Amino acid sequence: MALQSLDIKQRSATTTPAPSVRQTTEVAKLIDVSACIGCKACQAACMEWNDIRDEVGINTGVYDNPVDLTAKSWTVMRFAEVEEGGRLQWLIRKDGCMHCADPGCLKACPAPGAIVQYANGVVDFHQENCIGCGYCVTGCPFNVPRISKDDGKAYKCSLCSDRVAVGQAPACAKACPTGAIQYGSKSDMKDYAAKRIADLNERGFAKAGLYDPAGVGGTHVMYVLHHADRPQLYNGLPADPGISPLVSLWKGFAKPLASLAIGAVALGSLFHYVMKGPNEVSKDMEKEVEKETEQ
Amino acid sequence: MQVNRRQFFKICSAGLGGSSIAMLGYSPTAALAEVRDYKLARATETRNMCPYCSVSCGVLAYSIGDKSKNAKAEIIHMEGDPDNPVNRGTLCPKGAGLLDMVHSPNRLKYPEVREAGSNEWKRISWDEAITRITKHMKADRDANFIEKNAEGTTVNRWNTFGFLASSAAANEPGYLTSKVLRGLGVVALDTQARI
Repeated sequence: MALQSLDIKQRSATTTPAPSVRQTTEVAKLIDVSACIGCKACQAACMEWNDIRDEVGINTGVYDNPVDLTAKSWTVMRFAEVEEGGRLQWLIRKDGCMHCADPGCLKACPAPGAIVQYANGVVDFHQENCIGCGYCVTGCPFNVPRISKDDGKAYKCSLCSDRVAVGQAPACAKACPTGAIQYGSKSDMKDYAAKRIADLNERGFAKAGLYDPAGVGGTHVMYVLHHADRPQLYNGLPADPGISPLVSLWKGFAKPLASLAIGAVALGSLFHYVMKGPNEVSKDMEKEVEKETEQ
Repeated sequence: MQVNRRQFFKICSAGLGGSSIAMLGYSPTAALAEVRDYKLARATETRNMCPYCSVSCGVLAYSIGDKSKNAKAEIIHMEGDPDNPVNRGTLCPKGAGLLDMVHSPNRLKYPEVREAGSNEWKRISWDEAITRITKHMKADRDANFIEKNAEGTTVNRWNTFGFLASSAAANEPGYLTSKVLRGLGVVALDTQARI
């Protein structure tokens, strides 16, 4: 029996229904981009809590360090310099798993139980069940999961599911010294975001808004953006993310069709066996063939 | 067991078909929840203070073992102390990485002395270190203490000595530091809060 706080909602490549009677509070992390100073305390806290230490990288001329998400860096700060109307804006976004309500990774995953979604909204990878096929990477609309070179398994932010399960905030949210990362129930986070957006509107950011994209059913990691009309400014945050049609083509169309074909072949073979039986050559036929070959 | 060619093909095709169906998700796997264990469940929680800067954030150090006689403690995790009014649980990137400072091979763990003219650091005991410092202080104070100034007014100054106190100290230790050092006549008393 699992902890109630981590009731399973969906499990990859599993057809039996998950327990769905208990309703646990949906949690969310809110990243207020306008309050972030890019200090990377979240990155340090993430590494520390999850016992991962990435290799020391190299300076590429920007503050991004590491340059990209890796199997050992589950969150990275991405620094974008945007020049508009003679003003330089330094837009810093904490990148990592968005914990979609409709997770593309989970949909694409063929390994039973390698990806689970808990009733509280957390999408977690269970590496012991992962077969390392990389379909989650293709299925993710935000390009988040990474395959480890050490063990060939996929890794990403777990929203500190182990901390959340016992009622604690994720390590990054707890550490954040400017309060740019908030954690709580999803409804509370939306309320808090509304206050922040009203404040930003007053300060001249008329297009400030909440990033909780409907294309993936909403997310459990949301952003407050000063330019919510153009999320691409923030190092290519997709404006309208959705699960790739290839995933639904494979899972929704090709897979049932292939299953049907396999079933039809099996059934056809059975009918053929019953009606026609094995293909036996009579003695007369054999003699005839032998004669023909001798000629 | 004797298997002829035809039976061999049958076995192969049955195996292939069965496993294909299983691979396509037709094998009913139970939707069991698997929860990652909370790694601090019975770890010992100790209040401490971040040693890096003068903000002096409160931290919680978690160690393995329950402080029983045969269990050797080892710090496995550190995070902000939510009850500390300075940081209320938050930490900066340096503070969030304190664990690696605790376990750093370069960390100074005991007093060391570099004798005059030597280029080597030598390990000494705490008792030895404190005695040595005290003797140096006494010798310097005896030689340079100014009891009265030119006008004959009592000033009790010890101008050749400076003290760098902790900025992480709360009111009570701060009071004691001040009391002891001013009592000795120290004028140059500062903390790392200015660094």
